[in-house]
Amino acid sequence: MSGGTNGGARGNLPPLALHVPEPKFRPGDEVDYSHLEIPPAGAQARPDEQCAAAETQALCFDLVRVLGEDHRAIGPWDPKLDADTLRRMLRTMALTRAFDDRMYRGQRQGKTSFYMKCTGEEATSVAPAMALASDDMVFPSYRQQGILISRGYPIVEMINQIYSNRADKLKGRQLPIMYSAREASFFTISGNLATQYPQAVGWAMASAIKGDTRIAATWIGEGSTAEGDFHSAMTFATVYNAPVIFNVVNNQWAISSFSGFAGAERTTFAARAIGYGMAGLRVDGNDPLAVYAATKWAADRARSNAGPTLIEHFTYRAEGHSTSDDPGQYRSAHEREEWPLGDPINRLKQHLIVIGEWSEDQHAAMDRELMEQVKAATKEAEKNGILGHGLHHPFHTMFEDVFEELPWHLKEQSEQAIHERRVKWPEWKEA
Amino acid sequence: MTYEESPVSLAEASTRRLNMIEAINDALDIMMERDPNVVVMGEDVGYFGGVFRATAGLQKKHGKTRVFDTPISECGIIGVAVGMGAYGLRPVPEIQFADYIYPGLDQLVSEAARLRYRSAGEFIAPMTVRSPFGGGIFGGQTHSQSPEALFTHVSGIKTVIPSTPHDAKGLLIAAIEDNDPVIFFEPKRIYNGPFNGYYDKPVEPWAKHADSAVPEGYYSIPLGKARIVRPGNAFTVLAYGTMVHVAAAVCAEKGVDAEIIDLRTLVPLDIETVEKSVEKTGKCLIVHEATRTCGFGAELSALVQERCFYHLEAPIERVTGFDTPYPHSLEWAYFPGPVRIGEAIDRLMKA
Repeated sequence: MSGGTNGGARGNLPPLALHVPEPKFRPGDEVDYSHLEIPPAGAQARPDEQCAAAETQALCFDLVRVLGEDHRAIGPWDPKLDADTLRRMLRTMALTRAFDDRMYRGQRQGKTSFYMKCTGEEATSVAPAMALASDDMVFPSYRQQGILISRGYPIVEMINQIYSNRADKLKGRQLPIMYSAREASFFTISGNLATQYPQAVGWAMASAIKGDTRIAATWIGEGSTAEGDFHSAMTFATVYNAPVIFNVVNNQWAISSFSGFAGAERTTFAARAIGYGMAGLRVDGNDPLAVYAATKWAADRARSNAGPTLIEHFTYRAEGHSTSDDPGQYRSAHEREEWPLGDPINRLKQHLIVIGEWSEDQHAAMDRELMEQVKAATKEAEKNGILGHGLHHPFHTMFEDVFEELPWHLKEQSEQAIHERRVKWPEWKEA
Repeated sequence: MTYEESPVSLAEASTRRLNMIEAINDALDIMMERDPNVVVMGEDVGYFGGVFRATAGLQKKHGKTRVFDTPISECGIIGVAVGMGAYGLRPVPEIQFADYIYPGLDQLVSEAARLRYRSAGEFIAPMTVRSPFGGGIFGGQTHSQSPEALFTHVSGIKTVIPSTPHDAKGLLIAAIEDNDPVIFFEPKRIYNGPFNGYYDKPVEPWAKHADSAVPEGYYSIPLGKARIVRPGNAFTVLAYGTMVHVAAAVCAEKGVDAEIIDLRTLVPLDIETVEKSVEKTGKCLIVHEATRTCGFGAELSALVQERCFYHLEAPIERVTGFDTPYPHSLEWAYFPGPVRIGEAIDRLMKA
């Protein structure tokens, strides 16, 4: 056998031991989050947007927070948004949640094959989308439906995509929720992890090459920061001082693997920025105002050619990874209840109530209205079919867009596919 | 440790009915017990036991330093497996979906595959990379691919694809014992039952299939040996994985006397069994789910033509997936199902 001597301690040296991370809580365990350091809101300094990257180092280990225990906004990071903007933010997050709930149910009812909710993480997509310009280009991962909803993308179109029906603009090709919406400056979602990170840098570099004013922003889960793409992106972004914002949504869980398997036992994800010489911010991801303020800071920095920023959104994945997952198998159900940073929608709601701009009644009415809105959109989309019920795109569309033009072999295969359908259903006519 | 023990007689072993997942789990368990150098790692394989449950219970039984979760980095997973192999371990990394293997390609293609060659045997990469592959589960383009030809094209990598619980266990044990890097693609569509391509009919569980009778304990099926699923004289079918069951079902429906060969190992290929069969039948149907152009069927077709030309009585038929990404809603229009296979059979029978 090749390799070194196999096993056994030598001399008086202690035997080496492999460390394998283990989360604090497993199914059935009581949950105690007292080990988490949650600093008070308002206590974090806010450096100038054009500061040297090194000046943000302390913020990579802190937690930028705006909404305090008393539900009031406090400190230098308070974005001081007017009440209308705050209500719009609340409404967008609530719509995102209502949409998720309905789509999840639809999957369970067999209307589609797959769905992924972003419950508890709504602030990490809605607030950044509101802080960015509407034509700043976003390169999302798979849990940023809040961006599309925030940008006013029609939810009927989203449902058509989820149902893979004949009105699906992506022609039924992609797994549900892998949206693409160029008109919303929303890049096509891959399904492979972390690939969007260097792509966002490339878009930002191109914008800089052309002397444009638009910047790029991208999202990733903490688990996927382990992929090489993440590190390539960080290197390129700092080498070229690219106008890009890197969001790491640290929701604690990558399917069944807790954040320790991406390195969280040793340092924060925001601190990844330090080694690259990049600005970094660690933010309470369930505090929509803090997320908004951090994004605004990073966007202003990028837009003034002061460089990229890495933002870690410290949050919690309140639901399973997807409809294919069962989190009850690997984590304690009490984690969600005990999560010390609360729920982003509830926190913003309480804030609006405390400042006299909202009420429980108004909130309940809004929830009912949003539920009806989603229900109506669902009904509308269902006219175009649900997955597996025949109302899909014509067979020949399967062969389009592989290349710009159809080569001979795909033309032959397209004819074969249509021929096979006629054999199976002789009465069928291609629409 | 040597693996040149006398072959176990399977005829005498008692059997259990297992599905494919259980058979794979059993193989891993047995190898971890037999060989302390075997380690299992991958995304979600530890406490959770894998997203398809293939490693369920292994961490509890064999400990956290032999069965563990990894960061989400396929490059890292394969790369550390190369290093572990250099030390003398026998790593069995899991890549959660074959579609996710690409970030690990450099470590596989440039490193694992060539370690023995470039070090003149000083270092080897005795790893078995397990990965679910293939479509039929509405997984869209990132959970459905069949990239076996990318690996058969690389010198220095063995590629193994089982089609039954019985074979999955024996082949996985042989792959783990093998001193070369092995890609072990598991057809996820048949994890729970031998899907036969008739997607609009109910799927039978493995329990009703003869090849779910899996012998207890250790046994191995040598790599590079095909299995004649059904002897026949009308034509030869070359298939592997899910398509073995699909081809067999279509042949049965048509009542044709086909000789169906499950290749089991693509590299090294059991060319002897292939040649012997085609020389007997004079006709050959090749079936795979992967895209057509430069698929493994192209290699098979070339080999049959080169070696059996004077025995051929009809052009070789090749039935495959189409040359598009795997679509979501049109999955069954993409899948090389009974209609596509049936028409190829008709052409062969008429020739």
